[in-house]
Amino acid sequence: MRKVYLDNAATTPLLPEVREAMMPYLDETFGNPSSLHEWGDGAREAIETARAQVAQLIEANDDEIIFTGSGTEANNLAIKGLALAQQAKGKHVVVSAIEHFSVLHSARTLEKWGFELSEVPVDKYGVVNPEDVRKSLRKDTVLVSVMHANGEVGTIEPVQEIAQITRESNVVFHTDAVATAGTIPVDVKELGVDAMSLAGNQFYGPKGVGALWVRKGIRIMPLLDGGIQESGRRAGTENVPAIAGLGKAAELAKTDMAGRIKQLTPLRDRLLKELPSKIEHVVVTGHPQHRLPGHVSFCVEFIEGESMLMLLNSQGIAVSSGSACTSRALKASHVLIAMGLSHEIAQGSILFTLGIDNIAEDIDYVLETMPPIVDRLRQMSPLYSKFTKASKGGK
Amino acid sequence: MPVYNEKVMDHFMNPRNVGEIENPDGVGEVGNPVCGDMMTFYIKVKDNRLQDVKFKTFGCGAAIAVSSMVSEMAKGKTLEEAKKITPKSVADELEGLPKQKFHCSNLGAQALNKAIEDYQSKKKVKGGKER
Repeated sequence: MRKVYLDNAATTPLLPEVREAMMPYLDETFGNPSSLHEWGDGAREAIETARAQVAQLIEANDDEIIFTGSGTEANNLAIKGLALAQQAKGKHVVVSAIEHFSVLHSARTLEKWGFELSEVPVDKYGVVNPEDVRKSLRKDTVLVSVMHANGEVGTIEPVQEIAQITRESNVVFHTDAVATAGTIPVDVKELGVDAMSLAGNQFYGPKGVGALWVRKGIRIMPLLDGGIQESGRRAGTENVPAIAGLGKAAELAKTDMAGRIKQLTPLRDRLLKELPSKIEHVVVTGHPQHRLPGHVSFCVEFIEGESMLMLLNSQGIAVSSGSACTSRALKASHVLIAMGLSHEIAQGSILFTLGIDNIAEDIDYVLETMPPIVDRLRQMSPLYSKFTKASKGGK
Repeated sequence: MPVYNEKVMDHFMNPRNVGEIENPDGVGEVGNPVCGDMMTFYIKVKDNRLQDVKFKTFGCGAAIAVSSMVSEMAKGKTLEEAKKITPKSVADELEGLPKQKFHCSNLGAQALNKAIEDYQSKKKVKGGKER
C-alpha cells in the first residue's frame, strides 16, 4: 500500500543531514557545555554554531537567540516573561483569538496572576485586522502577541502592519512564528517585531527544541531559575544534540527555502482546487491565497473528522483534524469557531500539510482515495440523510 | 487519535446494520453535532422481539463502533432484554473503549432505548384508538 505522510504541521521528518549533525553530541562529544574542559568546549561550540545558524535564518543577532525545549516553551517564555518584566508599567496583554494554546493559555495564566487580557477577533479567513489591534491598545498595554501564521488553517497574518501600530504606541510585540520560520522567509527586522518563537520540528529539525528571539534591549523575566545557561534567561543543561540539529535544519532551510516553496505550492494549489470539485459540500478553511505553501485545510460537511482520519489512515494516508472528537479536551477547534464556523461544520475539519517528501502522485492518491471515504461516511450519517431528504422535499 | 482495540476497529471498519428501515416501528435519536456525536436508531418489532435494527451515526470511530455493536446485541432480543443493554455492557462487549470516549460516544444504548420507547408509546396510542 502507498504511504503518504500529510501531517507535517504536527511534525516534519528529520533530514539525514540534520541527523548527521546531531550524532557527535550523542556520541564522543557528550560534554556539558558549561564545563571548562575539552569535552565541554566541543559541546559549547556546537551550541554557538547553532545559535549563529538560527540567527541567520531570521536575520537576527546571535546573542538575541534563547534556546528552549519546544515552540510551546518559547511561547510561554515570551508571553509570561515579557509581561512580567514590564508589570510596573502596566498589566494589559493583547492576543488574537486564534493563537496556539501555548500563547492563549499562557495569557490566561497571566489573567490569574492579575493581568487583564483582550482577545482580538479574526474574519472568516482567520485574518486579524490590524485596526482591531490598534483599538484594543490601552495606556497600560505592555504586550501584543499575534501569530505569523496559523498552523490549523494556514492563514498568514499581517504581522508587519500590526508591528507598525505597536511601535507607534511603544508596546512590545511578540509573534509566534512556529508555523513560518524555516518555511517562508522570516526577517525580524523587516517584520518589525520585538520577539519571535520558532520550533525545530517544523522545518525538518528534531522535536523537543525551539528558540525565542528577543530584540536586544527588551527585558524578559526567566521562567526557569538555575544556572546561567542562555545568559541566565533559560537555566538548565542544554539539549546539545537537539540544538545542533535545530541549527543545521535552520541552515538548510535558508539555502533550500525557495526551492521547497516552489515544489510545495503547486501541489497545495492542486489539492485545494480539485478536492472540492470531486466532493460536494466541502469548505476550504483559511485564506485562499495568503496561506502557508504546503497547507491545505477543509471542512467536509455532514461527517466527522476523526472517522475520516481513521479511514484515510487505513489507506496509508496520514492527516489531522480539528474536530472535537480528535482533541483530548473533546472541544471543537477554537480557531474554526473564532472564524465563525458552526460546531457542526467544524466537526468535519480535515488538514493536509505537505512536506518536501511529497510528490504529485501523492496528491493523485489522495484525490482518488478521499471521495469514496467521504461517501461511505455520509451514507452512515443521519445529518446527510436529513439534508438529502430536505433538498428532495424542496424540489 | 485514541488507540482503539481490534474489536472496536473491526466494528468501525465493517459496521453492521448501517442504514434506515422503511416504515420503522420505532425511531430513537440522541446527541447533537455540537457535542460531537449523533445517532439515530430504527427498529422493526415482531411478537415483542426486535426483528430488525438499523442505525445512522455522525461521529468519531468510537461512536460508529458503539452503534454497530448495539445493533448486533439488540437484534433478535425481546424488548425487555434489549432495554437491559447499557453503555457499560456495550463497552464490555467491545472489550473496552478509551476513557475519554466512554461518555460522549457511548450513546447507542440510549438511542436504542428511545426507539423502543417510541414504539411502545405509538402502540399505546394505537391500542387506545382500537378500543
